[in-house]
Amino acid sequence: MKKTDALIIGAGPTGLFTAHQLKLIGLDCEIVDNLDKIGGQCIELYPDKPIYDIPAVPECTGEELTNNLLNQLKPFDIKFHLSERVEEVKKEENNWLVKTSGGNSFLTPNVIIAGGVGSFEPRKFSPKECEKFENKSLFYSVKDKNIFKGKTVSIFGGGDSALDWAIELSKESNVNLIHRRDEFRGAQATVDKMHTLVKDGKINLFTKYQMANVHGEQTLESIDIKHDNDEMKSLKTEYVLGFFGLIMQLGPIANWGLNLNKKTIEVDTEKFETNQKGIYAVGDICNYPGKLKLILSGFHEGALAARACFKLARPDEKYRFEFTTTSTNLLKRLGKKE
Amino acid sequence: MAKITYITSDNQTHTVEVQNGLTVMEGAVQNDIPGIDADCGGGMACATCHVYVKDDWFNKIPKKEDGEDDMLDMAFEPKTNSRLSCQIIVSDELDGLEVNIPSKQA
Repeated sequence: MKKTDALIIGAGPTGLFTAHQLKLIGLDCEIVDNLDKIGGQCIELYPDKPIYDIPAVPECTGEELTNNLLNQLKPFDIKFHLSERVEEVKKEENNWLVKTSGGNSFLTPNVIIAGGVGSFEPRKFSPKECEKFENKSLFYSVKDKNIFKGKTVSIFGGGDSALDWAIELSKESNVNLIHRRDEFRGAQATVDKMHTLVKDGKINLFTKYQMANVHGEQTLESIDIKHDNDEMKSLKTEYVLGFFGLIMQLGPIANWGLNLNKKTIEVDTEKFETNQKGIYAVGDICNYPGKLKLILSGFHEGALAARACFKLARPDEKYRFEFTTTSTNLLKRLGKKE
Repeated sequence: MAKITYITSDNQTHTVEVQNGLTVMEGAVQNDIPGIDADCGGGMACATCHVYVKDDWFNKIPKKEDGEDDMLDMAFEPKTNSRLSCQIIVSDELDGLEVNIPSKQA
């Protein structure tokens, strides 16, 4: 079990700047994020889109903003736990015991939720029956490609993941590729390669079709796919792969006893604390009268939540407000002074 | 200004007046019409403001631009008349538009 002054959930811009503020005032912190990379929505949804309303930064992309924030964190030693989702938050005397899907557990007086619109999860097939086969013969990512050897695999989707796996698995499996329209959004070279394999009979392509149903008792036996014109087709298949990108879901946060309002968490505007002492919410996921879902608001919220953390992490010390321009303490932490 | 009718999956109809220049998504969010999440806030980056546009209207409203169909690939149960409501900009010509909201966005 790891002990830390504060645990941040979410490595988007708000989580990153909150970490900066915690370290600056002398607290340690660790960050957990369900994505496999740092940056949150800025990296996952709009890495190349310019943002025009970061104070003193006239224009930058999501990726540039993330890199700048990481640069700002360079003086500090911060542990990131990526590809891990926080599953459980439990009270343990004056601390919170936090457990992640990666098997990590943390004991901390402060949990800061900087979770945006929730954690990124794969989008799933809509027929309910698909759940029965999930992680057995129906997957949203590939962990071990060897299980598909010599089998029939039906791959759904029109992006690079679907195309790359269709091409790769066609070497040793019988591959069906199913997509809702004729156009694919993958890289042109990949699309061309797929079409060549279709011509050579290595991939069976079904466009304008979508998943309608799955059949089988213990193991998957066949699926029904439905054309735009309502025509149905049945395909024998042992495995199904779905690549429909990621969706943001609140996930386990909904079970932590916090006051929720739609997909947001209610907080006060002094500490950005939730109805649970020592659990804060900052950035897009928090809600209070007048809340603006702007990155700049997240920075402010994180700065205040960090000061509130100080009181719980250092109950016997008094927090003193200081400027980075003048404070020897802060300059030392920033590595600007011996 | 245009009167826009949103029909939820349980067949509740909500008709509201939406100002020109706003999007059909904003018209729904500002009027608390359920079923349009718009997680990314109109950036065409999430497919959670997905609607079905009635066939007679589908061909009348401005066409999809690059990228919208790519996002619709990821929507919940997309159909041939699917649109992202954040990409439909309201004008007088859209007066009377009806859109159906899917049973869920994700």
